[in-house]
Amino acid sequence: MSSSSQIVDTWISNFCNEVGHEYFAEVAEDFIEDDFNLTGLQSQVPMYKEALEMILDVEPEDDEDDEEEEEDDDEDDDMLGDDLRFRRSAAERRHLRISSDTTQIENSAELLYGLIHQRYITSRPGIQQMLEKYELQHFGHCPRVLCHLAKVIPVGRSDMPGQDTVKLFCPCCLDIYTPPNSRFSHIDGAFFGTTFGCLFFMTFPDLDLTGSPSGAIPTQPTTINGVTSANFAVSLGSGPKGKVYEPRIYGFRVSERSRSGPRMQWLRSKPADINLLDEARIYHEGKAAIMTEEVNEEEEDQAMPDATAPPTTTRRKAKATGPRRRSARAAASTAMDANGTSGPG
Amino acid sequence: MEDYGTETESDYTSYWRDWFISTRGNEYFCEIDEDYLTDRFNLTGLQAEVQYYQYALELVTDVLDIECDDEMREQIEKSARHLYGLVHARFIVTTRGLAKMLEKYKKGEFGKCPRVLCSGQPLLPMGLHDNPGTSTVKLYCGRCEDLYNPKSSRHAAIDGAYFGTSFHNILFQVYPAMVPLKSARRYEPRVFGFRVHAAATLQRWQEEGRGELVERLKEARVETGFVDEEEEEEEEDLDDDDDSKL
Repeated sequence: MSSSSQIVDTWISNFCNEVGHEYFAEVAEDFIEDDFNLTGLQSQVPMYKEALEMILDVEPEDDEDDEEEEEDDDEDDDMLGDDLRFRRSAAERRHLRISSDTTQIENSAELLYGLIHQRYITSRPGIQQMLEKYELQHFGHCPRVLCHLAKVIPVGRSDMPGQDTVKLFCPCCLDIYTPPNSRFSHIDGAFFGTTFGCLFFMTFPDLDLTGSPSGAIPTQPTTINGVTSANFAVSLGSGPKGKVYEPRIYGFRVSERSRSGPRMQWLRSKPADINLLDEARIYHEGKAAIMTEEVNEEEEDQAMPDATAPPTTTRRKAKATGPRRRSARAAASTAMDANGTSGPG
Repeated sequence: MEDYGTETESDYTSYWRDWFISTRGNEYFCEIDEDYLTDRFNLTGLQAEVQYYQYALELVTDVLDIECDDEMREQIEKSARHLYGLVHARFIVTTRGLAKMLEKYKKGEFGKCPRVLCSGQPLLPMGLHDNPGTSTVKLYCGRCEDLYNPKSSRHAAIDGAYFGTSFHNILFQVYPAMVPLKSARRYEPRVFGFRVHAAATLQRWQEEGRGELVERLKEARVETGFVDEEEEEEEEDLDDDDDSKL
């Protein structure tokens, strides 16, 4: 173990320092050593065991002493027991590996590391590490002009490897962009995953995404749908700064009815009054309004002695208006009557 | 070109514009026609804007013939670039200029939209202001109708006024067939496969806005310009199929 602590440049740190790997966080070794974190990866990665060894640098060098060798074997015992053959020919293989297998194992190791990375950055230490990278602006800025160089974070469009490359998610316009530098165009998006983008900003709701708070119209709630409203889609909507581009020719706006007129402003819009997005509250208010209407109707109905409303509606009304008119005994009795009579009749 | 032989120093100063547009970082500029540059009417008001206007104009039109020190030369060179830019903004909204810029646009010489769901839509250069020295050049995507910063720093230093606020809109007015089809497809933020509530609510609200727009356009009997939704779904399905094969 003393030897491993001396080695500063591990496979992981080498990997993360490579050109094009600037987005990667260094996964903690104890995270990888916990088998639970690797559940299911064995079937996704060819030469899984060798790749894992490579990542953890458990494989001894050619000229390492026997002690190291034994240690290596011990660790092998901890893993699957079906590779006696592997251990017997370990030395032999090691030489072979230098020529043909190395690239293959290296590829597998990168794939495995990426998939572990996807899981790691959603864990507590991993997301913390990504926060540091985010604050150091390792991921770059949003290319959209009206986002005013908002910091972005890497995300994938798929959690399965081999489908799409890494993209950048901007929290201010809630959109994804292709990284500006082509050296990121071969990084698999699955190494970051679909979840990380939003989870990151949900984990750190206090990150200041705004430049300055806009002069609020009606009283704005501090949170909306579980997100700090000051940080919610900051660069969208028509604020005082004008956050939606308006096409103009010689200063005149291009009409929407023109064939080349604006068609996509909705994509960058946001209600000035953020309360409009509180769907649950609006729904309940709407329901309450209907209820009061119904209450009025019902009262009119009750004025007539034989209200023959269908039982279902009566029940709904009774239930909905229950708390309001619990004291009104007459009303309760009519509701019960309606239910009672509808049963046998 | 006819007076090529008559000019004594033309070997050195000739083709200033050729040199200018082929310089690294000036890829967004097109070549201004000679007769446009020599027509004084097109240069109205630029005299006040450009230092050493006369010399700069002579340099741009390859007829500069003065003896001066390097510092002066440098100044004139700088003025010439500024003058060229300002005339460029005027030239690219003319018929000839639009045609030239359209060619460059078709070749994608202004770059591609960084927005993932625009799938590499070619961009057009534009400025946020018509006055020089206010802002640098930006890129306009006709598909998402938004503005982006050029990704290369050598372009980020170009003055936006050399392209102007109107050029890209005029281009699409003049060549309506070039207007890209709009798409309602967008990125949905998800956590562990579930859509994120706040973002999803906003998107529903935005989608409502789009619906209203489409209704308004239909009422006015204007083409909506959106990709047929069914077609798009098919396309999406195909994408999914491709994905599953991988």
